[in-house]
Amino acid sequence: MATTTQPAVRTTGTPVPIGHSRGPMATVAKIARWAALLVTTLVFLVPFYLIVRNALSTDADITAPGWKVFPSALQWGNIAELFNDSEVPMARALWNSAVVGVLGTGGQLLLAAMAGYGLARIPHRAADKIFYLIVATLMIPAAVTFIPSFVLVSSLGWVSSLRGLIIPGLFSGFAAFLFRQYFINFPKELEEAARVDGLGYWRTFWLIVVPNSLPFCAAIAAITFIANWNAFLWPLVIGQDSSSWTVQVALSTFVTAQTINIHELFVAAGVSILPLVLIFVFLQRYLVQGVAETGIKG
Amino acid sequence: MSAVTESSTADGTKTSTGKGRRRGIRGSSLAFWLFVGPFLVGLLVFGYVPIVWSLFLSFFDARNTVTPTDFVGLRNYADMLTDPNFLSSMVTFTVFAVFIVPLTFALSLGLALLVNGVRVARAFFRSVFFLPTACSYVVASLIWKLSIFNGVRFGLANTVLSWFGIENIAWLSTVNPPWYWIPLVTVRLWLQLGFYMILFIAGLQRIPTELYEAAYVDGAKPGWQVFRFITFPQLRATSIAVLLLNLIAAYQAFDEFYNLVGNVNYARPPLVYLYSVSLGSIQDLGRGSAGALILAVIIMILTLVQSRIFGFGKAD
Repeated sequence: MATTTQPAVRTTGTPVPIGHSRGPMATVAKIARWAALLVTTLVFLVPFYLIVRNALSTDADITAPGWKVFPSALQWGNIAELFNDSEVPMARALWNSAVVGVLGTGGQLLLAAMAGYGLARIPHRAADKIFYLIVATLMIPAAVTFIPSFVLVSSLGWVSSLRGLIIPGLFSGFAAFLFRQYFINFPKELEEAARVDGLGYWRTFWLIVVPNSLPFCAAIAAITFIANWNAFLWPLVIGQDSSSWTVQVALSTFVTAQTINIHELFVAAGVSILPLVLIFVFLQRYLVQGVAETGIKG
Repeated sequence: MSAVTESSTADGTKTSTGKGRRRGIRGSSLAFWLFVGPFLVGLLVFGYVPIVWSLFLSFFDARNTVTPTDFVGLRNYADMLTDPNFLSSMVTFTVFAVFIVPLTFALSLGLALLVNGVRVARAFFRSVFFLPTACSYVVASLIWKLSIFNGVRFGLANTVLSWFGIENIAWLSTVNPPWYWIPLVTVRLWLQLGFYMILFIAGLQRIPTELYEAAYVDGAKPGWQVFRFITFPQLRATSIAVLLLNLIAAYQAFDEFYNLVGNVNYARPPLVYLYSVSLGSIQDLGRGSAGALILAVIIMILTLVQSRIFGFGKAD
């Protein structure tokens, strides 16, 4: 993008922020920038619009020959219809996803934070070796180990159970790694004060370290919850029985089988992204921080 | 648990004397295992045991069983490496990566620069582009398959084409020309651009403003020159992270392929094929394990090679 053709160096005045030079070409560039932003914004919002439109339409409206931007009448009854449909275990699937999301995220956070703290702060000769064991698992992508994990979980008899969905995912080497790096950089002064006051590691951790790490924990929690809620391959492998389907597996089953009304499927899609949209609205700041944190170090 | 708390408390108050120090090490050892132990046991059971078990299975004829007796040596590996379906899944992956990695890189960097360059409503635009991260691949595939690229008259893509007088295209089932790539690539772009955009925005915000001021004093033209000589080199660490994460994520493609095209031989990435081999009707866990290990080794080699070339992980 040619922002300007005139010499950029001016002899007086404060430096002009890059990309904000003045002049007619700069105006053109500014218009181009805004046009690009607005068009991209529209494109990014279209799928959300489609969910809402299709969820509140009749099937006849959805398949009408001319595109209907809005349904001819909003079908709020579609929502009740989804939850009353005995063929579609959507309420059960939402419950399963909620349990997996909450327990999976809470457990993963607790285990990883404790391990990270122990490795970062409690001197022990095994600490280095354990850290290498954790780092080594980062090399092997989790998606590739679904076959052996399935073999293990099925031999434990955990197929089609919430245990099978939750427990194998609790021990995330990546989360433990992140917490260790975070606690290494955590200011030591606070903990030293706690030790002078006679607190042991356990109480120092819970009374001093955790309360002072809440933004970091919130960031990791938001990322983990989204990943758990949206997970598909592992729940698909484990959910052999429809009573243990998560929302993603239930949706997928109906998409690939197409045994359900289109509008009902879109209501289900809308319902399934609602919790995450709420997380986005309320935890946006932590979420962005978490992505920047976890992404860069991945 | 209270005993541990007490002993570590004692260690906290007596670190100065020699005797207390010895006792302290014993106390802190207990505390160490209290903190690290639960995680470590789980990691060994649910992380290492499956990998070792998989390695074991890959040397056996393990159809429908997880405790096989028939040792076959490297035959499962040889089978997988000569299996046309497995090889074509590797080709599918490569084609996919060739599309998705550069596109994601360029577009997410572009979005980051666009969003970072405006002064009003910056948070709004950032949120809009980031919001698709809330959608799962399953939900996005549902929208793509049933509403945008459904290949019939009322699909959004075909509706738009019809305004220009273009006939309906059966997006997901047309192999020649390979139209199915358009939904497969666009769904992933929509879902992941915002994520990588955030990484680039974080990278952009770490660039010291003095560099821009210095460039300005040296007469660099705002726009392309500044981007070429200041911004882009300063984003080196972020760029490498984005490329690496992106490539690994492409290798693990499963959700959108499974939901959009299913188990078809023209567009089946390795994970979909391995899923069908080991958990489909054949349930060949031996060959499935061999394939998974081959895939894991390839991903590790790619990661290492990329780190060597770009010096990923070194201080920048």
